[in-house]
Amino acid sequence: MNEPLLLELTVFVLAAFVGVEVISKVPTTLHTPLMSGTNAIHGVVIVGAILVAGSHHGALTTTVGTIAVALGASNVVGGFLVTDRMLEMFKRKPAPAPDDTADGGG
Amino acid sequence: MSRADLIGAAYLVCAALFIIGLKRLGSPATARSGNRLAAVGMAFAIVATLIDRRVLGFGWIALGAAVGGIAGAVGARKVKMTAMPQMVALFNGFGGGAAALVALADYHDTVTLPGHVAAKIIVSILFSSVVGSISFAGSMIAFGKLQEVITGSPVTVAGQQAITGGLFVVVLALCAVLATGHESQPLLGVAMAVSLVLGVQMVMAIGGADMPVVISLLNAFTGLATASTGFVLSNNVLIIAGMLVGASGTLLTQMMGRAMNRTITNVVFGAFGTGSGTAVAGAGATDGQVRATTAEDVAIMLAYARRVVIVPGYGLAVAQAQHNVRELADQLERRGVDVRYAIHPVAGRMPGHMNVLLAEADVPYTQLYEMDDINPEFPRTDVSLVIGANDVVNPAANNTPGSPIYGMPILNVDQSTAVVVLKRSMNTGFAGIENELFFDPKTSMLFGDAKASVSSLTTAVKNA
Repeated sequence: MNEPLLLELTVFVLAAFVGVEVISKVPTTLHTPLMSGTNAIHGVVIVGAILVAGSHHGALTTTVGTIAVALGASNVVGGFLVTDRMLEMFKRKPAPAPDDTADGGG
Repeated sequence: MSRADLIGAAYLVCAALFIIGLKRLGSPATARSGNRLAAVGMAFAIVATLIDRRVLGFGWIALGAAVGGIAGAVGARKVKMTAMPQMVALFNGFGGGAAALVALADYHDTVTLPGHVAAKIIVSILFSSVVGSISFAGSMIAFGKLQEVITGSPVTVAGQQAITGGLFVVVLALCAVLATGHESQPLLGVAMAVSLVLGVQMVMAIGGADMPVVISLLNAFTGLATASTGFVLSNNVLIIAGMLVGASGTLLTQMMGRAMNRTITNVVFGAFGTGSGTAVAGAGATDGQVRATTAEDVAIMLAYARRVVIVPGYGLAVAQAQHNVRELADQLERRGVDVRYAIHPVAGRMPGHMNVLLAEADVPYTQLYEMDDINPEFPRTDVSLVIGANDVVNPAANNTPGSPIYGMPILNVDQSTAVVVLKRSMNTGFAGIENELFFDPKTSMLFGDAKASVSSLTTAVKNA
């Protein structure tokens, strides 16, 4: 077994533990937003799509990569926005809305 | 600091932001900032990737990002709050599709290069493409079911489990061939196509009531496919973020299942009423008469009650009646009635869905009661007003062993003095089973669209 793979597996296993720990106590109320938020986070696959689409390895790779970028971008942008909309509802009072500029920026 | 170091550092920041964001999403006070932190992390990851030396051109990336980004933004902004679950399914499917396509393109690149493909790469590619495809196809079906483009009831073919099992074996066999040194792009294409069919097959067989659990499960699948893509590209941020979602998604799926008294295996392999249809009658209790009533009669009951508990369900969400319900509650409170809302953990179509809808209508938090807090109060409640809920108030869950929902925690509205059920028709709920509550002598039914019924109730209470 080579060293990079072992390092990657280490990261993988530790991330699994963090993933379980970090959400172990979540009120039912937040299950839907949490699902939606994690859904947006796995949109990070767009990173892989960008590497493929920008690699100039021929027409097929570029085409498939571009479609993957589009799918990933809608996962990221839509995911974070829809989560934000859900969480907006939890405000007690309609405070003067601050500018929201924190949308993934695909 | 070299460019590679810079990218690595940005990925580290991104991973940290994802973890902190996820943590903050777990508490109501910090959830919104958590989501935004994760979004900032995502921006870091994307910018860092764009300066990667392997990215030679930006034209196609910009095109893809523009098309996907705009579609995602418009979808997320326009969607009605009631349609959020299917929106999440849709976005999740896109993520799965992206993971599968990245794996496919990587395979194409890898096999056209001379030399042997490392086992790690090929195994990761196979995992991403198969799991990503299943997640894509499954999510699309889940979307279709929730959007009611496809029937919500389980669709099974003869030998359902055998076919699913057979397809699974075929996928595994194809992967085994591909993983043991046989390089063939068409074969990977076949494996992905079979995975798509497998995804459709699996989710078609599951009833609409279980869709939240299914979406959550597919969400975890997409996370794992993403992590696997990270192994293909030796990219840590993909591994970390993908696995975070894979792990937390699996846990979340279990928590949702527990709230509905369902295990994951139960959901995936034993759909409600597979073949056996609808009728699991509750100990002869459904022989009785259903009593229909009028808005005026109900208004009198409500107006002179001391305590009214409103049980909102999916029917309320569908009819967009949350604002009307709040108006009704305001009217009642003006008359000195103590109004409370009883929120079942899975009211609506997803856990927490109903809280979001009621918050949208400015219902004060203090009036929302979780199941365990309100259940002891039902014996002291004059009227329980059940609006578009069915399975979550079905007493069969408490007293009919053998019913598919037996053991599911429910709201014990049958303990209150009177029950009024607002319902469109006598159709069964999502679980497809009869509800003996409707035949209870103290229950009266107000048929009609939830929004129209609640509006006429409000008017009638004003005049009462």
